[in-house]
Amino acid sequence: MNRYRARTLTLELVMIAVGVVFAFPVYVLVNLAIRQPSDTSSPIAPTTSPTFDNFTQAWEQGALGGALANSVLVTTGSVVVILAVSALAAYPLARVAARWSRWTFLLIMLGLVLPFQLAALPLYQTMRDLGLLGTPWALILFYSGLQVPFTTFLYVGFLRAVPRDFEDAALIDGCTTLQGFRYVVLPMLKPVTVTALVLNAVAVWNDFFTPLLYLSGGSQQTLPVAIAGFVGQYVSDWNLIFAALVISIVPILVVYFALQRSIINGFAGGLKG
Amino acid sequence: MTVAIKARRADAVAVPPDRRRGRGSRRTTPPWWFTVPALLLFAFVVLVPSARGVYYAFTNWDGLSPAFSWIGFGNFAGMVDDPAATQAVWHTLVIAVAITVIQNGVGLLLALGVNSIIKSRNVLRVLLFAPAVVTPIVSAYLWRNLLGPDGAVNSLLGAVGLDSWRQDWLGDPDIALWSVVGVIVWQFAGYSMVIFLAGLQSIPREIHEAAAIDGAGAVRRFWSVTRPLLAPAFTINLMLSIIGGIKLFDQVYALTGGGPGHATDTLSTLIYKDAFTLGEFGYSIALAVVLTIVVSVASTGQYLGLSRAEKAVS
Repeated sequence: MNRYRARTLTLELVMIAVGVVFAFPVYVLVNLAIRQPSDTSSPIAPTTSPTFDNFTQAWEQGALGGALANSVLVTTGSVVVILAVSALAAYPLARVAARWSRWTFLLIMLGLVLPFQLAALPLYQTMRDLGLLGTPWALILFYSGLQVPFTTFLYVGFLRAVPRDFEDAALIDGCTTLQGFRYVVLPMLKPVTVTALVLNAVAVWNDFFTPLLYLSGGSQQTLPVAIAGFVGQYVSDWNLIFAALVISIVPILVVYFALQRSIINGFAGGLKG
Repeated sequence: MTVAIKARRADAVAVPPDRRRGRGSRRTTPPWWFTVPALLLFAFVVLVPSARGVYYAFTNWDGLSPAFSWIGFGNFAGMVDDPAATQAVWHTLVIAVAITVIQNGVGLLLALGVNSIIKSRNVLRVLLFAPAVVTPIVSAYLWRNLLGPDGAVNSLLGAVGLDSWRQDWLGDPDIALWSVVGVIVWQFAGYSMVIFLAGLQSIPREIHEAAAIDGAGAVRRFWSVTRPLLAPAFTINLMLSIIGGIKLFDQVYALTGGGPGHATDTLSTLIYKDAFTLGEFGYSIALAVVLTIVVSVASTGQYLGLSRAEKAVS
């Protein structure tokens, strides 16, 4: 059953062909990003005299450096808050069987069904009144609340499967509940924290709708909005646009290839957790 | 080790009810206020604005002026007569169903392919999943060029002699919606694959070998052994793709902007346009209420249907 046969070779070739089809857009992306604007040959023909001018031009004219820094700030700030408040809330929700605990859990789970489009427009007005529109703080605040239901759900599911003996022992040894949480529960939550970290970081980093709403008009854009603005400005200058797209993809792919095992397991982790 | 022993001994000691609180308690009871930071953020960002949203859906608020009036079901009645709205509901449903079926079908085949003993399996797993981490708006701009009249897809079709297959993929109202679906399948089939793969790897090899010894062929083994044991992976994948499809915004915004005409507008793109280019906040939020109802019905129906299917297996 486990021998490499002629049929396995056929499957191998078919799968490699599928892989090539999936990778084809990336080939065109790089191929056009290094092409001079004067070169009008077919997009699938390899570029003969490559140039890196598109990258320097896109970086400077798109203000991509500032956008990259904003994306890093928003993603880091949001993920830290999301993980901290969700793990803390999940602890009593998973351990206490009282009525208030069950109802609080259900209330938070309601957030899994409510699409954020419903809240986004009234919240726009609140953010404006608080003077947060156009600043990264509006986004950090938004994601910190928006991602609570999903992250709490992950933590509660995981915690319910973890025996509580260690926490009880820590309490008997003289820990306060908060110390017990910090030194006993949190370390045990490491696997689900990796999953929650990966899923939240990707969701926040890639989000476009929210920064489009809350940052529009301001000077502090995140990367997806800066890219959209860049495309709007250089409508058909595709060599330049593709260079900007490459610049925005590279940080993600570097992290992805460096941490592929944790990231893929993180995405699949919803199944095991 | 010592911790575990102590815990067990502590359990064995009978504690009188009046001493169950405080440091002598044998059970940890995390205090209720641990939930407060999460609840405050959740209430501020989701609960309160959503409740206000439902209220505004019954008004003619323009989003700016303090004066607006209650118009009952006026916004909802208006949708019935608004072809853009009825089409958007239809497109949203078509996209959600098409993505669910195609993305998961492709994802399952890919998972079966890389779960074999082929030598390229590890490279292919990483490669096929890679599009799923790329920013959707960025991959959509890439595809907007690839699918253009002189784009790479048409060039490729010309190069292999299929000139008659060349299309204006995003400009033809009959095709544009399916082009959007295709782009999403390219991006997220690897995501479905990873979840199916985790499910496949949790199935013990012995079950397959036993079925093979009993004379079951590959197709029969898949249908009678693999498929039922993949039920949890199906549940997660279907849930993710249905809800993702219903809420779809970024890809439509970048690929077609909802056009040509309204040919690819979804509820989310229409909500954005009505609120921020037409200034019809009340109407836009009424559309968001419709979106909420669609999501709730889809996820509840799906949850009930699939939990029944999972029970039937076990």
